[in-house]
Amino acid sequence: MIQEVGTTEQGELVINLGPQHPSTHGVLHLVITLSGETIKKVEPHLGYIHRSIEKMCESLSYRQFIYVTSRMDYLSSHINNHGCALCVEKGMQIEVPPRAKVIRVLMDELTRLASHQLWWGAMAMDVGALTPFFHAFREREAINDIMEETCGARLTMNYMVPGGVMADLHPDFQKKVKEFIRFFRTKIDEYDELVTGNVIFKSRMEGIGYLSAESAVSYGCTGPTARGSGVSCDIRKLYPYEVYGQLQFEEVTATGGDCFARYMVRMQEMRQSLSIIEQLIDNIPEGEFQAKTKAVLKLPKGEFYSRVETARGEFGVYIISEGGTTPYRIKFRSPGFSNLSALDHMARGYKIGDLVAIMGTLDLVIPDIDR
Amino acid sequence: MDVVPQNMADKPFPGEVHPTAGGGILVTKLDEVINWARSNSLWPLVFGTSCCAIEMMSTAAAKYDWSRFGFEVARATPRQADVIIIAGTIVNKMAPVLKRLYDQMADPKYVIAMGACATSGGPFFYNTYSVVKGADHVIPVDVYVAGCPPRPEALLHALIALQKKIREGVS
Repeated sequence: MIQEVGTTEQGELVINLGPQHPSTHGVLHLVITLSGETIKKVEPHLGYIHRSIEKMCESLSYRQFIYVTSRMDYLSSHINNHGCALCVEKGMQIEVPPRAKVIRVLMDELTRLASHQLWWGAMAMDVGALTPFFHAFREREAINDIMEETCGARLTMNYMVPGGVMADLHPDFQKKVKEFIRFFRTKIDEYDELVTGNVIFKSRMEGIGYLSAESAVSYGCTGPTARGSGVSCDIRKLYPYEVYGQLQFEEVTATGGDCFARYMVRMQEMRQSLSIIEQLIDNIPEGEFQAKTKAVLKLPKGEFYSRVETARGEFGVYIISEGGTTPYRIKFRSPGFSNLSALDHMARGYKIGDLVAIMGTLDLVIPDIDR
Repeated sequence: MDVVPQNMADKPFPGEVHPTAGGGILVTKLDEVINWARSNSLWPLVFGTSCCAIEMMSTAAAKYDWSRFGFEVARATPRQADVIIIAGTIVNKMAPVLKRLYDQMADPKYVIAMGACATSGGPFFYNTYSVVKGADHVIPVDVYVAGCPPRPEALLHALIALQKKIREGVS
């Protein structure tokens, strides 16, 4: 039960953060126990945006349910769709054409860039710098325009379908993406100049919110949160899907385990994403963008699991099929949920002002956690 | 001194707009001035629950820039805000919180339901057990915006429509 705001018997202060609070990036409710300014306990309360997506998916067909997953982790909507499409393809044993594979990876990496840009702006805003927010959104609009031309939407694209992608690339796609890469290469250095070396920013980040590698593993953290603690967990490297196995890119890890390490991992990941896009943009194979599939998809009886690396970590799709046109049960393994569970461990012993910085580097998307 | 209508006693806020049949020129002109001033300085509450919040942030940011129309002072507390933009799905657990936020806002207050979820439940209308089918089940809404999520231009249009409503004294 939610504890009332007030003082406990030990003289500790209990306060609420959220559900409506700008730095919770949505509607997360934290009940914080404080001793003076020091955090003793952080208790997250979920469910303020629980939309019962898993239950909904049980009554939607295998083509229909993918569109709902764009609304889960809306900053990685392509990658969510990708994970679901992969799982259905695994069950149906559909062979995806090479062109579709490359398009999917390109879109995934563009999405990852857009997500990290937004994270950078929002996190800098959380720790008190307003300007980076405007810088980040300026660059993000360029990606949104590219997405809009090809997919028809800016945010929730629903572009990946079982068997490939919904439509072929826009004729201007390659030109626009190359322009964007040239443009963003200079901007990412500007990001570093503006924020990374800033003394105030560093003092807010360095040594704050320490998470050891052991704790990261035991809490099930994935993505940049775990890689900031030195845990190698990039699904693109460990279990390569689509064309990731043939690409040259590094899995970015840092050993600090603090907020600054997690920050640096994401900044380097942006550069890696740019390099992946550069490798692929001139090598998009010709051919079909979608495999020929039946109008009504039926998965054979059984259990299927697939995983992809979103901007926040490992996203898993687990489908139990009874052989019908709709899944019997779907479970999504969302990265944010596991990362949030480590918040209490990370925040204990630090000051209340640091909590916002720690939450900022976790890059929480609440609808992804609540589903 | 018969220009103040009888129901004014129930609503004691100065300058609140009423269609005053036979109202004096002084009061109606004063109302117009007050409404004009109000419509050009609407402070939105930072309230985003899901995907639409990102498009709301885009509207606030460099390319679309809602400060051109007088909305840039986004407030984190409802006590300082004039307009609440419901950006995202409202679920059963969030509904009492939304009501409380609305109650905490000072009069005059306005509501924009942004996106399909806040308008009607949208994609989550069928087969769910937890979604409120439209924010107007909880609080009164002035302007609805279609889309999932709406483009920033659509939100700007809604904000301008709200300004127009305020200026004409119908909201």
